[in-house]
Amino acid sequence: MPIDVVIRGILSPLFIASILRISTPIILPALGGLISDLAGVINIALEGIMLVSAFAGVIVSAYTHNVWLGVLAGMVVGILYALLLALFHLYLDTDIILAGIALNIMAAGGTIFLLFILTGDKGNSSTLASGAVPTVTIPFIDSIPWLGTIFSGHNIFTYLAFIFTGLVYVFLYKTPMGVHLRAVGENPVAAESVGINVKRTQAIAIALSGFFASLGGLSLSMAYLTLFQNNMTAGRGFIALAAVFLGGRTPLGTTIASIIFGFADALANQFGSLDIPPQWVQMIPYAATVIALVIYSLRRQAKQRERLRRFQEGEIDDTKTAEAGSD
Amino acid sequence: MTPIIEMRDIVKVYPNGVVANDGVNFSVEKGEIHALVGENGAGKTTLMKILYGLERPTEGEINYKDRLLELNSPLDAIDNGIGMVHQNFMLIPSFTVAENIVLGEEKTRSGLIRQDQAVQDTESLAKEYGLRVDANAIIESINVGMRQRVEILKTLYRGAEILILDEPTAVLTPQETQELFKAIRALVDQGKTVIFITHKLREVKEISDRVTVMRAGKIVGTLKIEEVTREGLARMMVGRDVLLSVDKPPSDRGQAVLQVHDLSYVSDTGVQMLKNMSFNVYAGEILGIAGVEGNGQTELVEVLTGLREASTGAAYIDSRDILQADPRVVRMAGVAHIPEDRLTNGLALLATIDENLIVDRYFRAPIKKGFRIDQGAVKKLGNRLIEEYDIRTINGQVPVSSLSGGNMQKVIVAREFSSDPKLLIAAQPTRGIDVGATEFVRQELVVKRTEGTAVLLVSADLSEVMSLSDRIIVMYEGEITGVFPDASTVTEEELGLYMLGVQRQDVEEMEAVL
Repeated sequence: MPIDVVIRGILSPLFIASILRISTPIILPALGGLISDLAGVINIALEGIMLVSAFAGVIVSAYTHNVWLGVLAGMVVGILYALLLALFHLYLDTDIILAGIALNIMAAGGTIFLLFILTGDKGNSSTLASGAVPTVTIPFIDSIPWLGTIFSGHNIFTYLAFIFTGLVYVFLYKTPMGVHLRAVGENPVAAESVGINVKRTQAIAIALSGFFASLGGLSLSMAYLTLFQNNMTAGRGFIALAAVFLGGRTPLGTTIASIIFGFADALANQFGSLDIPPQWVQMIPYAATVIALVIYSLRRQAKQRERLRRFQEGEIDDTKTAEAGSD
Repeated sequence: MTPIIEMRDIVKVYPNGVVANDGVNFSVEKGEIHALVGENGAGKTTLMKILYGLERPTEGEINYKDRLLELNSPLDAIDNGIGMVHQNFMLIPSFTVAENIVLGEEKTRSGLIRQDQAVQDTESLAKEYGLRVDANAIIESINVGMRQRVEILKTLYRGAEILILDEPTAVLTPQETQELFKAIRALVDQGKTVIFITHKLREVKEISDRVTVMRAGKIVGTLKIEEVTREGLARMMVGRDVLLSVDKPPSDRGQAVLQVHDLSYVSDTGVQMLKNMSFNVYAGEILGIAGVEGNGQTELVEVLTGLREASTGAAYIDSRDILQADPRVVRMAGVAHIPEDRLTNGLALLATIDENLIVDRYFRAPIKKGFRIDQGAVKKLGNRLIEEYDIRTINGQVPVSSLSGGNMQKVIVAREFSSDPKLLIAAQPTRGIDVGATEFVRQELVVKRTEGTAVLLVSADLSEVMSLSDRIIVMYEGEITGVFPDASTVTEEELGLYMLGVQRQDVEEMEAVL
């Protein structure tokens, strides 16, 4: 396909809409990763949780013929799977990274194993008639050209991703639970000394991250596609973690970073029709992740130096006022 | 007066068999400032941990306001109006002052935290007790003195009537200490009771109404402050007479060992920490550096010992510039270094005493034998130094982390002194260690100097600088602002003026005696 067709594709509102759609399964687990990371328990098992939830949603909806039961099952399975991480790390003293890796491996193998048992197929669940969550048409906006194409007609997970971005912000900064969660992540001893139950708070944070990762997984298998595929998360759980750091560990930043990754992904889709080796195109989202993280890390170092400098100068100023005060 | 707290027959035996408290009777009256003093390991922190619910006593009981107090956790203590300000602050660095003060007890409206209320509560509390804080400032951006005031406000916010302050002045400058004392007096005026743990006998005299002395897990005595002298207190703490003023023979000054020329240092963040410093340290003298902490002393020591790279200037030992050398080369040139932060830079905590004693010499004879370390020689050296420097331990094969602070410092002193240095750089050599160990370290410094070693002493303890040094230079904002060729004729007040940058000497005047 000639390049000008691709460029026209990129400039169309459909492309922007596709960015939002593609970003959804990154934003949701990233919000979960953000919560657990702020609580001081980095959840590296997002990938695995997404996978088991995506699987459970497809299977349950296929066998019950009820989409919502499938969604519910996916959420429950995701939270339970996350609580396994809490159990291993918080109560059995396993290293959280190792436990997370184990859960990811178990999810990748386990879902295929169960898929094979249930369908006889190791690749995907196309033989099962699983459900899809409905799309939402926003009344007034839908009829506006461009804006309607971009913002209306997405599946509910996409809208949830943005709604939750705001809710997570309110939770983390305005509610006692969220504030305690951040306190625990920053200085657990201090949090404990004022009566905050550190382990329980961290367990809740991990459960919440499981909830958000499960939504991410479900958005893949019950909205973006309507079947389960071997390793269908394709590293999105890890990209989500990258988005947490790139977003400066804030809800809005995390979502914006996720959209940047979604953009790279959408771009790769467009370039797929060009006459270049597909391997190069498929590298785009991952290369974007690496480049973004390097830029972020350089910026952070510069910021840290700046802050250190301000702090040192501020302290000298403060001593001066203290001296003046005691004179 | 009746006591508000009475701890009776407290015994605390730790699982490893250490008896930290051995039948302690300790009582505090309402509205007093009660100092609790004792050497490291005397059991005072354990006693206070019991009172704050962090440790449970093996035996004994606590009577509080005429009823028995059962403490299972600090929360019980807080509920009963007992608050503790720990030595390392319990604050969340990225939160504001107000957020830290209300943490765990946030007031909410329909589920959301009332931030304005937190700020308001903080400000009214701060005003009530005269504890100056900025409610909206982030903890990371405020200095140590204000952080401590935040900690005190935190306990007050939780309704503390009794405040336990664990060595609160250890981290403060003299000015901040005075401000803290003012605040403590204001607290007591408002009916609060303060228990003040400290090493510093001068502060005991200055601030407290009564003082309890502990030694080896027992109470030696409780006295009214009018009844005690610093010397008397010191004797009670260590069970013998202590040298508070150091006796030292007159200095027999020799050649210049270290010659520093026009030394400047700009930090990574672009702040000029040292400005054109020039001075000599001579064999057989102790050159003391006085100054409020944070005026470049740390940087000076680290630049001289090869831990940081100087920006410009030179420092010669035997006409050899050591500024461009790495730490091992500096050491081989005859420099020994007692670092300011012994836990980070002075010792490998998990390594054994013996291992810590050989880290500056494992690579040469007699420790190195062929391509291996001669364990026999290590043990021999360890035993000799443990004996010579009176390190209290079973043997040299236990990890350094099992020692008390004073004994850890002795391990460093043993290593550094036994390397037979030409120049000894001692940074805060007695910080946070008990009276007995302090006395020991100070005496050893004087002995080394009398034997002909050049000693550069950096200390935040002004009385230490004044009593040990032969000459004193004052640093203020990275510059030398005053030189006193005869330390014995200087007064604390005079030094203070230079330390605060109120006065400075002419450059020519100083050059003559540097």
